[in-house]
Amino acid sequence: MVNDPKKLDPMEKLKDESRYLRGTIQEGLDDPITAAISEDDTKLLKFHGSYQQDDRDIRDERRKQKLEPAYQFMLRIAIPGGVATPEQWLATDDLAEAYGDNTIKLTTRQAFQLHGILKWNLKDTIKTINKVSMTTIAACGDVNRNVMCNPNPYQSDVHQEVQDWAQAISDHLSPKTGAYHEIWLDQKKVIDSKEEVEPIYGKTYLPRKFKIGIAVPPSNDIDVFSQDIGLIAILENDQLQGFNIVVGGGMGSTHGNTKTYPQLGKIAGYAPKENIVDVTEKIVTIQRDYGNRSDRKNARFKYTIDRYGLDWFKQELAERLGWELTEAKDYKFDHNGDRYGWVKGKNRWHLTLFIENGRVKDEDGYQLRTALREIAHIHTGDFRLTPNQNLVIANATAQKKKKIIEILESYGIQDEKKYSGLRKNSIACVALPTCALAMAESERYLPSLITKVEDILEAEGIKDEEIVIRMSGCPNGCARPALAEVAFIGKAPGKYNMYLGGSFTGDRLNQLYRENIGEEEILAILKELIHDFAQNRLDKEHFGDFVVRNGYVKEVYDGQQFHQEPKGVL
Amino acid sequence: MTLQVVNSPFDEKQTEILNQILPTLTDAQKNWLAGYLAASQGVTNVVPPTPTVETKEPVQTSTRTVTILFGSETGNSQALAEQLSTQLKEINRDVTVSCMDDFKPKKLKEVEDLLIITATHGEGDPPDNAIEFHEFLHGRKAPKLDNVNFSVLSLGDESYEFFCQTGKDFDKRLEELGATRIHPRVDCDVDYEELAEEWAKEVIATLQKDAGATNAPTTTVTPTEQTFSKSNPYTAEVLENIVLSGKGSNKETRHIEISLEGSNFQYEPGDCLAINPKNDPALVAAIIEELKWNPEQTIPINKQGEIRSVQEALTSIFEITRLTKGSLEKASTYFQNEKLQQLVQNSDEVKAYIDGRDLLDLIIDYPPEQLDPTTIMHFMRKIPARQYSISSSYQANPDEVHLTVATVKYQAHGRDRSGVCSGEISDRIKPGDQLNVYVHKNPNFKFPMDEATPVIMIGPGTGVAPFRGYIEEREELELKGKTWLFFGDQHFRTDFLYQVDWQRWIQQGYLTKMDVAFSRDTDEKVYVQHRMQEKAKELFEWLEAGAHLYVCGDEKRMAKDVHDTLISIISQEGNLSEEEAKEYINQLKHEKRYQRDVY
Ligand code: SRM
Ligand SMILES: Cc1cc2nc3c(=O)[nH]c(=O)nc-3n(C[C@H](O)[C@H](O)[C@H](O)COP(=O)(O)OP(=O)(O)OC[C@H]3O[C@@H](n4cnc5c(N)ncnc54)[C@H](O)[C@@H]3O)c2cc1C
Ligand SMILES: Cc1cc2nc3c(=O)[nH]c(=O)nc-3n(C[C@H](O)[C@H](O)[C@H](O)COP(=O)(O)O)c2cc1C
Ligand code: SF4
Repeated sequence: MVNDPKKLDPMEKLKDESRYLRGTIQEGLDDPITAAISEDDTKLLKFHGSYQQDDRDIRDERRKQKLEPAYQFMLRIAIPGGVATPEQWLATDDLAEAYGDNTIKLTTRQAFQLHGILKWNLKDTIKTINKVSMTTIAACGDVNRNVMCNPNPYQSDVHQEVQDWAQAISDHLSPKTGAYHEIWLDQKKVIDSKEEVEPIYGKTYLPRKFKIGIAVPPSNDIDVFSQDIGLIAILENDQLQGFNIVVGGGMGSTHGNTKTYPQLGKIAGYAPKENIVDVTEKIVTIQRDYGNRSDRKNARFKYTIDRYGLDWFKQELAERLGWELTEAKDYKFDHNGDRYGWVKGKNRWHLTLFIENGRVKDEDGYQLRTALREIAHIHTGDFRLTPNQNLVIANATAQKKKKIIEILESYGIQDEKKYSGLRKNSIACVALPTCALAMAESERYLPSLITKVEDILEAEGIKDEEIVIRMSGCPNGCARPALAEVAFIGKAPGKYNMYLGGSFTGDRLNQLYRENIGEEEILAILKELIHDFAQNRLDKEHFGDFVVRNGYVKEVYDGQQFHQEPKGVL
Repeated sequence: MTLQVVNSPFDEKQTEILNQILPTLTDAQKNWLAGYLAASQGVTNVVPPTPTVETKEPVQTSTRTVTILFGSETGNSQALAEQLSTQLKEINRDVTVSCMDDFKPKKLKEVEDLLIITATHGEGDPPDNAIEFHEFLHGRKAPKLDNVNFSVLSLGDESYEFFCQTGKDFDKRLEELGATRIHPRVDCDVDYEELAEEWAKEVIATLQKDAGATNAPTTTVTPTEQTFSKSNPYTAEVLENIVLSGKGSNKETRHIEISLEGSNFQYEPGDCLAINPKNDPALVAAIIEELKWNPEQTIPINKQGEIRSVQEALTSIFEITRLTKGSLEKASTYFQNEKLQQLVQNSDEVKAYIDGRDLLDLIIDYPPEQLDPTTIMHFMRKIPARQYSISSSYQANPDEVHLTVATVKYQAHGRDRSGVCSGEISDRIKPGDQLNVYVHKNPNFKFPMDEATPVIMIGPGTGVAPFRGYIEEREELELKGKTWLFFGDQHFRTDFLYQVDWQRWIQQGYLTKMDVAFSRDTDEKVYVQHRMQEKAKELFEWLEAGAHLYVCGDEKRMAKDVHDTLISIISQEGNLSEEEAKEYINQLKHEKRYQRDVY
C-alpha cells in the first residue's frame, strides 16, 4: 500500500464515512436558519455536481449587516463531448431564469454551469435537469469528470463515432452510488448502504479529480496534453481506428509552491478503439491505488506519473490489461482554438459562434441568451459546447440556416469577423464574484483588457493575427493558461503574473515572464513585445514561438522545469 | 381675608361677586374650583362640569381607603399610578394600587375612593391588563357603587380616532353604577405629564380635605423611575447606524448603537428607549417660507412661558407631520379661513382630510390670514417621543443601548414623506451625532431569568428586537434552558434580521429552537402564525410545561392573527372549546405568562 493510513488527508476519512456520498446533505438542505450546508457536506456535494459559493461582491457588506454570506450554489451539468439537444438547452435556459442568475456558463470542459441557485431550489433544479436526461453527478469531485471530445462539425460520421466513445467512457466511469437518486430524485433509500459497491472506485473514490478528453487532429481544441488521460483519435482514410494514449497532464499549481506545477501529458502508446473503455478504466484504477492520498496538492495523476515514471506506468497498465499498448501512431495538430463561422458538412450546416468567456446572457443591444433560446425553439439539429467556451449550432438544414441568421441579426449578435484574432482565441475562467478561490478578476476583466490590447495590435497592423490569450483568476488554471501563448494568472485584486511562450497548438508550456503586475505594466510590456513581433517575426511565425526564439522566455516541455529561473523575471 | 381691587386682578364687579360666594364655599369646593381654574387654562382637555357630569361633595370620613387601578401597556399609566400612591402614602392614606386585571371584581363593593388611570390601545380598546375588568364593569354582574367616590385620568393620543376611549368608558360607567365623581375626568394627549400632574394634585387635595394643613401633599410629582424623562432627556451619542436589510430588500431596517455612558440608565430586557426626534429641516423651512415667518422670532411654547425661536419650535417642539381632529378645530379659530371653518363642522370630512396630511398641506390648502407664530402653542401638539424596544442586553453592554428601527417612508397626496424619528435616523443621524433619549421601563414585558422556565418568543420584523436583548442577556448570565423564537419577514436573503446572532446562539445553546417564515419567498404567503400552527402540538406542550409566551411587533395584523392562532392551537391541542381556550389564555395573562408589546 503506497499510502500510510496514519497520514491520510481528512478528505479520505470523510469519503470513507460518507456512506457513499450521502453524509448529512439531506439534513443540511432542510435547515431553515441558514442558506448553507455543513462544511463537510459541501465537500461531498461536489460529487453530486454542485459547489457551495457566495456572492463575494457583497460578502463584506453582509458581514457588517449581521447577515450570513449570500450563500448560493453552482451547478455543473456534465454533457460528454458537450453535445446537447435543443430541448436540453431550453430546460437549462429556463432554470437559469427560474432559479439561477439569468446566465448560462459554457465551461472549458464543454459543460453547462448555472450560478446563484439557492439551497431551497437546488433539488427542483437537479430534478428538472435529470428530467431532460442530463445529469450533474460526477461533474465535480474526486472522480472522472466530464469527458471532453472535439465537437468536430467537419467530419460528421467520425465525430459521431468518437462522441459515442466519449459517452461510453463517461457512462462506464460514472459513480454507481444510489445517494444521488435518493437525495435529489426521490428514489427510496437503500436501507443499508453496505449493500452498495463502487466497482471501479471503492468507498474512497479517487485521490483527486480525474479528467479525460478526446482530440481529433488536426484540432487540439480539448488541449489533449492538459488531461489526466488524453486520447488522440487516429484515423485512416476517414475511418476511426483507435487512440494514442496521453497520460499525466494537468494545469493546476499553487503560487510559491514549486512542488506543484502544470504538466504536459506524455504519450504512452496506442490502443485500438474497441479496447479504449477498458484502457481508461485500468488507468483510473492505477491512479486510485497509487495516487497520493495524504497531500491533495500532490495528488493529481500527473504527480503519480512523474513520481513512478512512464515506463513503470506502461508496465503497471500492461499487467492490469493483460496486454501492452503498441507504438503511438503519427498525428499532427495545427491549432487549439476554434474555427468560427458557417461550414457545410454532409448536406447540413454548422455555425461556430463566438461566445465571450462562455457566458450566455442578455445585454442591451446584444441579447445572446434570447437569441439562442429562439434558435433552440426552431432548431432541429443539436448544440455543441466547445472546449474554448464557444458554441456550435450543428446540423441545421438550409432553410433553418436562414432563420438562424435572421434571429442572430435581430438580437445584435454580430458576425465573428468583427472580432480580433486575439479575442477569438481568448479564454477566461469564471473567477469573481462566484469562485471561492479567485484571487483576482478574470471573466469580468479580460474582455476590457483585450480591447486595450487590440488598439496596440491595430497600431501594428496585425489586428487579425491569431494569438492564444488566457486568463485565470488563480493558479488553478481553469482556463488552461499554462498552454497559452500569453497568459495571466491572478495574484491579488488587479495584480497578475504574466506568462509567455506557449505554442499555438497547445503542446508546449509557457513560462513566467513578469510577476505581480497591474494593467499599466501589462499594456506597456505588450506594446513592446507586439511591436517587436510585428517587426521581426518570421513568415507565419506564431507569437508564442517568436517570444521563445527571441529568448524572452525559455521553452518548457516538462512541467518540472516550469519553475526554473525564468529569464524574464529580474 | 376678603378680596379687594387693589390686592387682586379683579375689577369692582368681580370682587363683589367673588366676595359674596367665597365665604360660602366648603374646602372641597374651593379645592375643586382652584383645580378647575388651573386645569382649564388654555387647554380644553378638562371636561367642564355640566348638568350630566356633576361632581358632588364627597361623602366624608378621613379613614376612607384609596384604591388606584391602572390600565397600562407601555407603562405610562402604571408609572403615574405608582407615583400617586407614594404621594398618598406620604399623607398617611391607606392606599392599594394594582393593574385592573389583578384586582378581584368581588372586592369592588368594599372600594371607597377609586382612582382610575388608564391608557387606550388598539383602536379605542382597553390596554391588555384592563380588558377583563373593563368587560366585567360593563357587564350585568357589575355591582352598584353608591358608596364609591371616583375620578379618572385617561392617557391617549389625539391622532387616534377613539381618543382616550377607555378612560371615557370607565368615567361614564362608574357614574351609571352610582359612584360619585369627586373630580372631573382629564383626557391627556401624548404630552400628558403636565395635565397628569395637575390632576393628581387636585385629586389629592380633594381626598385630603379634612386631613389638616400640617401634612400637605408634596405638590410636584417626582418621577420614581429615573431622573431622565421626556421633559428632561439625556443627550446621547450615536455610535453605530447600520442598515440591516441586505442589498435588494424592499425595506430598510437599521441597527443603531447609542452610548449611555454617564447617564446611569439601567434597563432590563423588554424595556424601551424613547427618543425625542427632530422634524425634517426641509419641511420646517418649507412651512416657514410658506407662512413668510421670521425663523428667528421667539415665541412661547408652553403655559410656563418658555420661549424658542420659530425655527427651533417647529423643529424640536411641535408636531408638524400629523394633523389631528383637535388640532384642526383649534387651528380653525386662529386661521380665519372660511373653508377651514366649514370643514371642521363636518367630522367625517375632517377625518378624511387629516389622513396622511401634515401642517404644510394644511397651510397650503387652507391659507391662514396673518397667522401669528406666537399662537401656535394653542393649536399644535408637542412632538410625542418615539419608543423603540431595546435590542441589547444591559448586562452585556452597560454603556450602550441598541435599537432596531424600521424606516418609515411613503408617498401620500403627491409628496414623499418620511417618519419623523425613523426618517431622522435614516437620513440625518450619523455616528457621532446626538439624540435626546430616556429609558422607558416596560413593566408589562418582563422575562424570566432562570433556566427552568421555557420561553416562547414571537417577533416578526422589528418585533424581534427585545428578544435579541433578552437572549444576549441570557448569554451574558450563561443561562441555558429552553427558548424558542418565531421570526418572520419578507425575504430570507435580505430581511433575516440579526441572522448570524441567532445562528451563534443556537450553536451555543442559548436559543433552543427557531422557526422562520419569509412571506415573499414562496408563492403562498407564510407568516409566523402559520409556523406556530405547524408546530401546534409542541407549542402546546411547552405551554403545559409552564412556558412564558411573548409577542412583539406589528399591532394591526400580526398581534391579532397570532392571538387567534393561539386560541385555535390551545383548543385543538387541549380539546377545549373556544371559550375555554380563551379562558386558558386569560389565565396565562394573569400569571404574566402571556405578555405583548405591540405597536
Ligand atoms: C467553470 C470552469 C472554468 C470556466 O470558466 O470554464 C472551472 C471553474 C472552477 N474550477 Fe476548475 N474549472 C473549469 C475547468 C478547469 C480546468 C480546465 C480543464 O479541465 O480542461 C482545469 C485545469 C486542468 C486540471 O484540472 O489540471 C481546472 C482546474 C481546477 C483546479 C486545480 C486542480 C489542480 O490539479 O490543482 C481547481 C481547484 C481544486 O481542484 O482544488 C478548480 C476548481 C474550480 C472551482 C470549482 C472552484 C472551487 O473549487 O471552488 C471553479 C468554480 C468557479 C465558478 O464559480 O464557476 N479547477 N478547472 C471549468 C469547468 C470545467 C467543467 O465543466 O468541468
Ligand atoms: C412600545 C413600542 C415599541 C416600539 N418598538 C419599535 C422598534 O423596536 N422598532 C421600530 O422600528 N419601531 C418601534 N416602535 C414604533 C416607533 O415607536 C415609531 O412609531 C415608528 O418608528 C414610527 O415613528 P416615526 O416618527 O418614524 O414615524 P411617524 O412620523 O410617527 O409616522 C408614522 C405614521 O406615518 C403614517 N404612515 C406610515 N406609513 C404610511 C403609508 N404607507 N401611507 C400613509 N401613511 C403612512 C402612519 O400614520 C404612521 O402612524 C415601537 C412603538 C411602541 C409603542
Ligand atoms: C398600538 C397603540 C395603539 C394606541 N391606540 C390608541 C387609541 O386608539 N386611542 C388613544 O387615545 N390612544 C391610543 N394609543 C396611545 C396610548 O394610549 C398612549 O401612548 C398612552 O400614553 C400609553 O399609556 P401606557 O404606557 O400606560 O400604555 C395607542 C398607543 C399604541 C402604542
Ligand atoms: S482558475 Fe481559480 S479563479 Fe479561475 S475559476 Fe478556477 S479556481 Fe476559480
